Amino acid sequence: MSGDLTARSGGLTLPRIGDRALWSFVGRRIGHAVLVLFCVATVSFFLVRISGDPVRQMLPPDATAAQETALRAQLGLDQPLLGQYVSYMTGLLHLDLGQSLFFHRPAFDVIAERLPATVTLAAGALVVVLVVAIPAGVVSALRRGTATDTTVMAAVLVGQSAPAFFVGILLILVFAVNLQMLPASGMGGIENLVLPAVTLGLYSIAMVARLLRSSLVDVLGEDYIRTARAKGLTGWRIVTAHGLRNASLPVVTVVGLEIGNLLGGAILTEQVFAWPGVGRLTVEAVTYRDYPLMQATVMFLATVFVVVNLLVDLSYAALDPRVRLS
Amino acid sequence: MPVLEVNDLHAEFRLDTGTVRAVNGVSFSVEPGQTLAVVGESGSGKTATALSILRLHPTPPCVYTGGEIVAGGRDLLTLPEREMRQVRGNEIAMIFQDPMTSLNPVKTVGAQIVESLRRHRSLPRGEARARAVEALREVGIAHPEARAGQYPHQLSGGMRQRVMIAMALACRPKLLIADEPTTALDVTVQAQIMELMADLQDRFGMAIVLITHDLGVVAQVADKVLVMYAGRPVEAAGADDLFERPRMPYTRALLESMPRPDVPGGAVLDPIRGAPPNLLDLPSGCAFHPRCGFARPECASTVPALEEKAPGHAAACVLTDDDLPGTSEGRRVSGT
Repeated sequence: MSGDLTARSGGLTLPRIGDRALWSFVGRRIGHAVLVLFCVATVSFFLVRISGDPVRQMLPPDATAAQETALRAQLGLDQPLLGQYVSYMTGLLHLDLGQSLFFHRPAFDVIAERLPATVTLAAGALVVVLVVAIPAGVVSALRRGTATDTTVMAAVLVGQSAPAFFVGILLILVFAVNLQMLPASGMGGIENLVLPAVTLGLYSIAMVARLLRSSLVDVLGEDYIRTARAKGLTGWRIVTAHGLRNASLPVVTVVGLEIGNLLGGAILTEQVFAWPGVGRLTVEAVTYRDYPLMQATVMFLATVFVVVNLLVDLSYAALDPRVRLS
Repeated sequence: MPVLEVNDLHAEFRLDTGTVRAVNGVSFSVEPGQTLAVVGESGSGKTATALSILRLHPTPPCVYTGGEIVAGGRDLLTLPEREMRQVRGNEIAMIFQDPMTSLNPVKTVGAQIVESLRRHRSLPRGEARARAVEALREVGIAHPEARAGQYPHQLSGGMRQRVMIAMALACRPKLLIADEPTTALDVTVQAQIMELMADLQDRFGMAIVLITHDLGVVAQVADKVLVMYAGRPVEAAGADDLFERPRMPYTRALLESMPRPDVPGGAVLDPIRGAPPNLLDLPSGCAFHPRCGFARPECASTVPALEEKAPGHAAACVLTDDDLPGTSEGRRVSGT
């Protein structure tokens, strides 16, 4: 390890391209991810098939048995289950998620079309989470045991306890209906994003704020914080340069996982605000018993979680020099 | 003029379970270039005293209830926090027991030294880095340029304590407070670190307040010794004088509980009876009397004051020299 003070002092040690340990770590994690996705594909394939019959759903109530057989054959649902499974998995290997029964288009295209809306909403929610949770966590940690601490922590807990459909509707009622400040639903400019992002973010705020608080309280009791004080550093510098950097380690993991939740868990929020994202698409797929689309949305969500997890692990190694990628 | 003069310092911790008088009437002074050792068992208040000097105790629960800490012509106890920060790490620096936990694990050691230099010397970044590397060289770290870019976990225990010393001395303080600097280290490394501190003291002329429970170390490096028990100073004397003729039974017991492989029969330890007192519920009178082999009835009722028993030698004990039989012949500790 040759240390170059100029390049590295105090900053992050980013994993370097060409670092063999890094790539073997990434390789193993990708292998892991493929295994997880295989299991998800298998389970979701069989689960959706016990959710009901799409053919009945698609045909009018007075359709004849012959019409039903014809449609079943057209959709490939007359094949033996195992045959369907093999052809589905073969398709997956070619990144073919199948044809949506309802939209009559490749399921992949349908999801890709909805993805920007979901990413926009998740990004908005993440901003809300960080902007609220970081100051809340820091203030609570610095004023621990005081009325300020209790109030802040109680407030974020209320946010976590209130379900999205309740908070969403409440926000619509206040800001869209009564105050008429913001639009009630749909996608458009930034003003459309505010209410859904707050609704979606509210749940994660408490998680991040409480974790940051407890993590920072622990860190502020560490010996190296006393060393920093003994050096004559200001309180601000101690908290930011020595406290937050160390306290952020567990928080990064949780924020990363929350990003996965924000991307994949916006089903209720998207529904309440008629936000045309993947979450709402998932609900539509279930409603229409659109097998391929259901499977595709599940695969999409699983992929999001797996990728986010991998990125979290890598960022952890960058933040904490003690973590060795092995 | 002393670098530091502590007069009748009182600090207490107000806890839910009661009040701990961790520092109870401590007085001492240190001259430039001098080493004062503060010794005592765990819980005797030696570390509490050390942290009080720089006001590093969290307040609450700590309250400084009396006395003064005079350094540079000012009372540090009444100094505004802003000015106090100028004293910390600049005029008075401190190193701690466990260098592993005392260094920030996610910052390079170079960056941690740079931070101190930039805070007090307002040096430009590049110059501060050069000075940090120089500071590492001064404490005997090989390849200081490379080491400066490493993290604490990449260094050995002894090297980490060297880094702590480099960091503490980077701004050339007049006083270094060393709180059990070798306790967490291997025995072989302990001697090296003590040697390094003595060497740097000769070069830079700073005074040292050494907190320790290792009387062997005290015998090697200390000019003066302050013995503490249950938050009170119980004996204060020149180091040679103290080892020659301890005048408080507690000090005597401490000396007798040390292994002395160089003296026939000295390897047999004579431990101090009982356990250190509960600081929330101190014994009446002299706090040491329940464990004292020389205790008298009046010891349970009156707290003896720390008074001069001989020139430059004070003890807090009702006993006179005649009461303490032939003290410590051959108890002189090796290594001086």
